[in-house]
Amino acid sequence: MTDIVKAFITGGIICVIAQLLTDYTGITPARIMVLFVVTGVVLGILGIYPAIVEFGGAGATIPLTGFGNTLAKGVIKAVNETGLAGVLTGGVKAASAGISSAITFGYIMAIVSKPKLK
Amino acid sequence: MSTRTGKQTIVLGSPPVVIGGAAIVGKKEGDGPLARFFDQIIDDEYFGEKSFEKAESRLLRDTLVKTLEKCGKSASNVHFIISGDLQNQCTAASYAFRDVQVPFLGIYGACSTMAESLAIGAVLIDAGAAEMTACITSSHFCSAEKQFRYPLEFGSQRTPTAQWTVTGAGCILLEKQGNGPGITHLTCGTVIDMGIKDANNMGGAMAPAACDTILRHLEDTGRSLDYYDLVLTGDLGSFGRSMLVKLLRDNGVDPGDRYNDCGCMIFDLERQDVVCGGSGCGCSAAVLSTYVLELMNQRKLNKVLFVATGALLSPTWIQQGDSIPSIAHAVSLENTP
Repeated sequence: MTDIVKAFITGGIICVIAQLLTDYTGITPARIMVLFVVTGVVLGILGIYPAIVEFGGAGATIPLTGFGNTLAKGVIKAVNETGLAGVLTGGVKAASAGISSAITFGYIMAIVSKPKLK
Repeated sequence: MSTRTGKQTIVLGSPPVVIGGAAIVGKKEGDGPLARFFDQIIDDEYFGEKSFEKAESRLLRDTLVKTLEKCGKSASNVHFIISGDLQNQCTAASYAFRDVQVPFLGIYGACSTMAESLAIGAVLIDAGAAEMTACITSSHFCSAEKQFRYPLEFGSQRTPTAQWTVTGAGCILLEKQGNGPGITHLTCGTVIDMGIKDANNMGGAMAPAACDTILRHLEDTGRSLDYYDLVLTGDLGSFGRSMLVKLLRDNGVDPGDRYNDCGCMIFDLERQDVVCGGSGCGCSAAVLSTYVLELMNQRKLNKVLFVATGALLSPTWIQQGDSIPSIAHAVSLENTP
């Protein structure tokens, strides 16, 4: 139960940051998403994001910053194993499950559902 | 015959008559303060079609049919359809009228399209080139979001300053003679760009264009704003409206309570979560062709200056970092005494 609460708080804070950026800076949603991925990469390399994941679990891995962290983690691992070529291969390899499921489930949802007004 | 007066104004020698109008709108507009004036309110944003784009086309087609019905006319009486919308290449209109055997002029002036359409339609009639013209424009929230912002499927959050594109279409039939208010003067605006780059602040970008056209109209005609019972902009929204009032006052013109904005009238800004109000070519068209026309026919309003404003941006130009050029056209509608 405490895990769920921790995940909720962590994920919630990340989303609040995005909401504040939307409301007060006028940055477009696409730019906020890119900013979050890059922030995740930077925090991942610095070893800060893994500590957030340690605390928040899925609350930290599911938002886009978690995707950036996964890319960073993959690159570090691949560079250690195969050398400099890992810079190019490691990120996408580590994130492959996430990317493939996004495409697959996105495609399925596009087939079975129809957009509507909120 | 039409003649020119002053720098930008056209005086119509025999004012073409607004013989009728109609509007079909979406559910949200049908929940707004002007609901009882609209001819039809559709609950389904697809309007029985397969896509939002097709739904918008059907809005245009059905609105034309409804207007002809109300006026007791048939499509064969119409010499020109002058129509526009917000979709790429103006396609809602082109596809809407592909089965109607009437000469078609597709135009684009963003949210100012209805005034542009009335201007062209009126001049064609006054020049003797047409007996009757149909001026009709539309917008659809879902197709406009896709066109200018993000597709709905993307599920993007809306910014707090954005206006809400009206789902709806409005049509006005102009005829050489008949019963109804006449179009007496037209002041076509110039493209004005004050360097505003925020695509979510279109009211602010358009207000200077509206101010310029109104001042130009007053100077060219020698009228004061008091001449009119109602000065109606469409669609500056609440932010743009207060900016226009300030700009006019700075130029020594006080609009007082005879001024209103279609974007602020079609929705209840407090209750309907539309932030700054409505926008889109369907907004001013629907308000003018129903509410304003009805009040003019009841002679509760006799002189109306309709100033439709448009933000002439495209996503490509905004992404390339350019600012938003704007335009406003003024149409003077007057009952014969």
